[in-house]
Amino acid sequence: MIGIVPNAAHKPAAERRTNRGRGLLFVVTATMTVVAPLLLPMSAYYLNLLMQASTYAVAVLGLTIVLGYTGQINLAQAAFFGLGAYSVALGTVSFGLPFWPALFAGIGIASIAGVVLGLASLRLGGHYLAVVTISFQQILTLVLSNWISLTRGPDGIPGIARPIVFGFSFADSGAYLAFCVGVLWVVGICVGRLKHTKLGRAMQAVRDNELAAGVVGVDTYRTKVIAFTLCALLGGLGGGLFAGGFTYISPDQFSFAESVVFLTMALLGGVRSPCGTAVGTALLILLPEWLRFLKTTYLAVYGGAVILIMVFMPEGIWGFLQTLRRLLWPPAVLPFGQVAPLPLTTQVAREDDSIILQVNQLSKHFGGLKAVDEAELSVRRNTVHALVGPNGSGKTTLLNVLSGIYKPTKGRLFFEDQPVTRLLPHERTGRGIGRTFQNVRLFKSMSVLENTIIGAERPGNGVAVGSSGVEQHALAALDFVRLAEFRGVAVQSLSYGHQRLAEIARALAGSPKLLLLDEPGAGLNTVEKSELVQLLKRLKGHGLTILVIDHDMSLVEQVADRITVLNFGRCIADGPPAEVLRNPEVMTAYLGNAKPHVAT
Amino acid sequence: MGIALQLLFTGLGVGSIYALVALGFVLIYRATNVVNFAQGDFAMLGAFSMVVLCVDLQLPYWLGIPITLVAMLVFGALFNFAVYYPLRNRGFQPVIISTIGASILLENGVLAAYGPRPQTLPSFCSFPGFSIGPVFFDSQYLLILGVTMLMVTLQFLFFERTLLGKKMQATSQDKEMASLLGIPVALMIVLTFMYSSALGALAGILVAPVLFVSVGMGSSIALKAFAASIVGGFGDVTGAIVGGLALGVVETFGAAYISVPYKDAFAFILLVVFLLFRPQGLFGEKVAEKA
Repeated sequence: MIGIVPNAAHKPAAERRTNRGRGLLFVVTATMTVVAPLLLPMSAYYLNLLMQASTYAVAVLGLTIVLGYTGQINLAQAAFFGLGAYSVALGTVSFGLPFWPALFAGIGIASIAGVVLGLASLRLGGHYLAVVTISFQQILTLVLSNWISLTRGPDGIPGIARPIVFGFSFADSGAYLAFCVGVLWVVGICVGRLKHTKLGRAMQAVRDNELAAGVVGVDTYRTKVIAFTLCALLGGLGGGLFAGGFTYISPDQFSFAESVVFLTMALLGGVRSPCGTAVGTALLILLPEWLRFLKTTYLAVYGGAVILIMVFMPEGIWGFLQTLRRLLWPPAVLPFGQVAPLPLTTQVAREDDSIILQVNQLSKHFGGLKAVDEAELSVRRNTVHALVGPNGSGKTTLLNVLSGIYKPTKGRLFFEDQPVTRLLPHERTGRGIGRTFQNVRLFKSMSVLENTIIGAERPGNGVAVGSSGVEQHALAALDFVRLAEFRGVAVQSLSYGHQRLAEIARALAGSPKLLLLDEPGAGLNTVEKSELVQLLKRLKGHGLTILVIDHDMSLVEQVADRITVLNFGRCIADGPPAEVLRNPEVMTAYLGNAKPHVAT
Repeated sequence: MGIALQLLFTGLGVGSIYALVALGFVLIYRATNVVNFAQGDFAMLGAFSMVVLCVDLQLPYWLGIPITLVAMLVFGALFNFAVYYPLRNRGFQPVIISTIGASILLENGVLAAYGPRPQTLPSFCSFPGFSIGPVFFDSQYLLILGVTMLMVTLQFLFFERTLLGKKMQATSQDKEMASLLGIPVALMIVLTFMYSSALGALAGILVAPVLFVSVGMGSSIALKAFAASIVGGFGDVTGAIVGGLALGVVETFGAAYISVPYKDAFAFILLVVFLLFRPQGLFGEKVAEKA
């Protein structure tokens, strides 16, 4: 074991050197691509092609955010692109504005459209979002073609101005292309960076498991709306640049077919990375050009090529290259550093046994089924409280109501004497309620550490956002469950038992005051179960309050201070383990009625 | 009043076409959980096949229509193997893109063969129609309505009364359980694609004499059919039919009384209204996600 705290300042020198080398290569490449259009003589045809590619790529980067990071579909990117383009065109031609105010107006209008559409449709998601965006796309196309007094209709708008910066005019196509490529680099780097910020992680959490994201403390709706708005914003920016580049635009350039092209570019290149976006955009702009020799059939061949690429490279071209790279050069195992102890909520006095969670006459009905029926429960601080009951007795439903996934039909909930009945999952997490799931719900495309960091980033955790403190906190939680050495591993490749521990670590990283564990022992073998019991005992020693659901009576007996028994949605017993387990009603619920049924 | 009735009749006729295509969407969606973006192109292919057989080769309709439908059944199977089957275990995004690719391939393939000029197909009936009071019943629209109702009835009988239909239903509801019960799931999905393809082609054949036969005809019908299936309740067969008819009527009335250039917008405005106030559609059910 190498005693290194994994912190940027302490990275091994070799690693720092390669990082610096990569950075230098990156800057050189970026500068070269920006300068190239200024120096190289290019035909007008190729200039146009590159102009199209660079402005499209900006818009496709929007899809990287919304589809790649957040997992939401947008079939109207051409509409947002069109809003940007028409703002620049009408602003400079009809209203006599200079380029810059027109461009910013375009970005603003596209973003506002994005916010409104997002607010209206993102509660639903999935196919609904696809349809709302298609509808918006169709309506916008109709308006562009038919509101002739404003948009000049199908004839389009010629003579669009290009920008002037400090007296330097970008009227020359080469200079303007250099400008567009520069913007593309800036946007691309920002989008790439976004992935590793708190917002970016929240987006990926929503994509991987929306339900778990809410419970871990991510405001899922807000995150989706932000992602959608950023996507619209980049669409507007790309469109504005496009209008300046071509100096002529018409409605058919912003049709549904173009939205499909944008989407295909993103998915073809690899939607989860800005590099993939660039590859996909370049390929789909160049492919039809390369296929020109086929004359009339080239678009048909292009369609066929799209199918073939999806069949053989479903992660997109960049995703395929990444997989190939991992196969050829597997990533080195990260050195596992020394980790500070987990700062659990030890500030609460150990002898404090006041009520932390109070459930009053709580009911949850599904149609005629009373899954939870006027349940009563009080959980005291510094205790391990077990909720047991036969299958179908409403335990998980009750837990889902407690963590805010279900809205109760009746009844009230108090956490630390505050009513929380109406709070959303992430708001409850913000108050200090953490939980795990019966069927493990990790963010499966992310690493163990990233999963835990998302937990540490819960609102109200008291760890400064974006600091290395978050990472330290997450590592401490991983170390607590003995998973620190697996921090760099993708959660999917963990064993089932370790996945359960990783989920507990994710909840612990948020320093919850109350931890809800939904059948933590399910599917574990005997060794893993005894380790779990040890873990729960250690947690108890740190002053954490735990509400645990499980079937396994031996596990419950070993850790619980108090047991509540649920049957047919009602609480039938409550008290210390020894007392409750001898209760005749409880024995009947578990073992069936001892009396023989007499047929009459 | 007379005008309103006339519009209602035309609207139902147009709506039946949306309903037929929407049915195809819903069947494939239920079998595979994927929206087939090439569904409209099945209609386009059906219409073009009729142009080839009955205009270019001068075959009679009674021969052209069955040949087209059989060809489209085969095509549906091919489509399944080329576009859906290799991607079936990879989530919905790759499949959507693959069907979009298929749509581009089909439209441009036909474009390369036939050129951009729209084709026409003569009406199936020699007599134009008849009038009752102020309402003129166009024979082609009557035919469209009649065939749609016939297809809906046949489909209902097939799914509810035959063993094969029940197996296909079981597949669409729970693939894993169906395969455990010995139902060949992959075959059921092939059959679904074949049937959806023929159903789409039928819509194309019926609508061909009313509209021009063009490469883009399918995608515009498909978008509205998609909207119709959402209005009806996504994944619901009755919903697709009622949604399709409702959309046709709303669109026809909107064009007559509000604005002709924005005719195509009404379908989408109706859709947005539904999504805001009744997102589960007319016949859909609200489902809560289970933790």
